[in-house]
Amino acid sequence: MQQIAPDIASPAEIEILVSGGDLGVYRGGKWLIRGVDLAIRRGEIVSLIGPNGSGKSTTAKVILGNLKPDEGNVSAVSGLRVGYVPQTLHINWTLPLTVRRLMSLTGRHRARDIDAALDDVGIRHLARAEVQHLSGGEFQRALLTRAIIRRPDLLVLDEPVQGVDFAGEIALYELIRDIRDRQGCGILLISHDLHIVMAQTDTVICLSGHVCCSGTPKSVASNPEYLRLFGPRAADAVAVYQHHHDHTHLPDGRVVPLEAAQSEHKSSADVPPDGRPDV
Amino acid sequence: MFDDFFSRALIAGIGVALVAGPLGCFIVWRRMAYFGDTMAHSALLGVALALLLEINLMIGVFGVAVAAALALIILQRRPTLPVDALLGILSHSTLALGLVLVGLMAWLRIDLLSYLFGDLLAVSTLDIGVIYGGGAVVLGVLCLIWHPLLAATVSEELAAAEGLKPARSRLIFMILMAAVIAISMKIVGVLLITSLLIIPAATARRFAQGPEQMAVLAAGLGVVVVVAGLYGSLEFDTPSGPSIVVAALVLFLLSLLRLATGRPKPQARQ
Ligand SMILES: Nc1ncnc2c1ncn2[C@@H]1O[C@H](COP(=O)(O)OP(=O)(O)OP(=O)(O)O)[C@@H](O)[C@H]1O
Ligand SMILES: [Mg+2]
Repeated sequence: MQQIAPDIASPAEIEILVSGGDLGVYRGGKWLIRGVDLAIRRGEIVSLIGPNGSGKSTTAKVILGNLKPDEGNVSAVSGLRVGYVPQTLHINWTLPLTVRRLMSLTGRHRARDIDAALDDVGIRHLARAEVQHLSGGEFQRALLTRAIIRRPDLLVLDEPVQGVDFAGEIALYELIRDIRDRQGCGILLISHDLHIVMAQTDTVICLSGHVCCSGTPKSVASNPEYLRLFGPRAADAVAVYQHHHDHTHLPDGRVVPLEAAQSEHKSSADVPPDGRPDV
Repeated sequence: MFDDFFSRALIAGIGVALVAGPLGCFIVWRRMAYFGDTMAHSALLGVALALLLEINLMIGVFGVAVAAALALIILQRRPTLPVDALLGILSHSTLALGLVLVGLMAWLRIDLLSYLFGDLLAVSTLDIGVIYGGGAVVLGVLCLIWHPLLAATVSEELAAAEGLKPARSRLIFMILMAAVIAISMKIVGVLLITSLLIIPAATARRFAQGPEQMAVLAAGLGVVVVVAGLYGSLEFDTPSGPSIVVAALVLFLLSLLRLATGRPKPQARQ
């Protein structure tokens, strides 16, 4: 697979993995979304932001092909390999399913790869736990691992770090970026964390049933539509995050937040990327 | 060995249990117990139609069960009534239709009870052939769709997004259910087929560490239950279906005991 550095190559040259034009979904007598345009290129992180009910998940489902749009259409490159973390997922308790078994739910993987992926996300110790017994944040980590272990061309992450602890949240976003860098996949990210979105993504699309504004994080952050939707304090999202943004790289290339790395200095060789000191 | 009616019933019953276990697991995981019940109840209508048209009983039952499943899928798509109400209507109306139709065919001497509750004496050598042939096909197809079906059971959304076509596996699964209902009707009877599907699977849940293991365990427990039930049926001259279900219930209750002793003993605290 060709490695692409998104900030070097010009967007026009990069393969568009999936795109939707003029998308509209009409349900229960109203348009949930309308006139939404979006394209995800290889190596690009596109994030969807917007208040609750603004149609983010709906847009993601249309892009995935799970929901047929009533207007517009979606086109994807053929043989597109997708990894998906849905916003909600409830697994019936009558199904005995360990974290390890969950990893090969939609495709087979070598045990070695599964271990490595679980390690990356900091839940190796939970490999044999039943998924129904996981805590909210642990389950979310498991779902993320399951999606990335597929080595997808396109990752669709609908609020992937909901319920993940503070240090883990930053580490997981770093991991997502890292996967994009290493595997060159395209990522559609839905998140309410404006700081992360502004600092970690290439293109931001601001939704409110329709596309309010879109573009680079900087241009969106100064757009009056964005400010109207999220309030004046949202403008700080870019500045604030960049100010506090601080992480360090471990010898093996893994990335950990600075505070976590310092507190774990004694045993830095096996710091989990989530930086939890008590694992 | 096949000339003795009891051996025939035993062999047939074991064949049915081996197929019912793994399929029953999916019924439990997908919460489709009432769906299965509805399909099974429609089997009597299949019997009546088969007698009327003079075709093979199992084919009649299979056809009507598939039709009932398709009707349910179509009715669910247009949300007119809550699913449980739909199931209740279809389940009982097909059963009633079957009973009325059988009643109308007064010229045929039909032992209704043997269809409702199963009958040891009813199993022929041909039936054994159909059960094992059909059962092997059902298990083979189930193995083929195992992974996509399991993924769809965890989440249809996820399976669809990752290209596994959940609607197709669901449809195939329903056809498999219809086939199992057709081949198990003579042993368990239409009223109790669902319990042979569900109870061994539910019992296996307590011991299983993974979905595949649960399916194998359910098949094994099903065999135990069928053998015990059929011997009970012979011994006490009771209908075979209810005897098998009672045996399944006993095993299920025993597994609950195991659960109770599985708790950690309270430790003395310092
Ligand atoms: N089948 C449906 N029929 C009618 N309305 C629906 C349907 N599905 C979703 N909606 C509505 O569409 C709107 C958009 O939903 P969506 O899940 O896309 O929002 P979201 O932006 O992901 O919100 P959140 O941030 O809460 O996850 C919501 O107001 C929801 O109530
Ligand atoms: Mg959402």
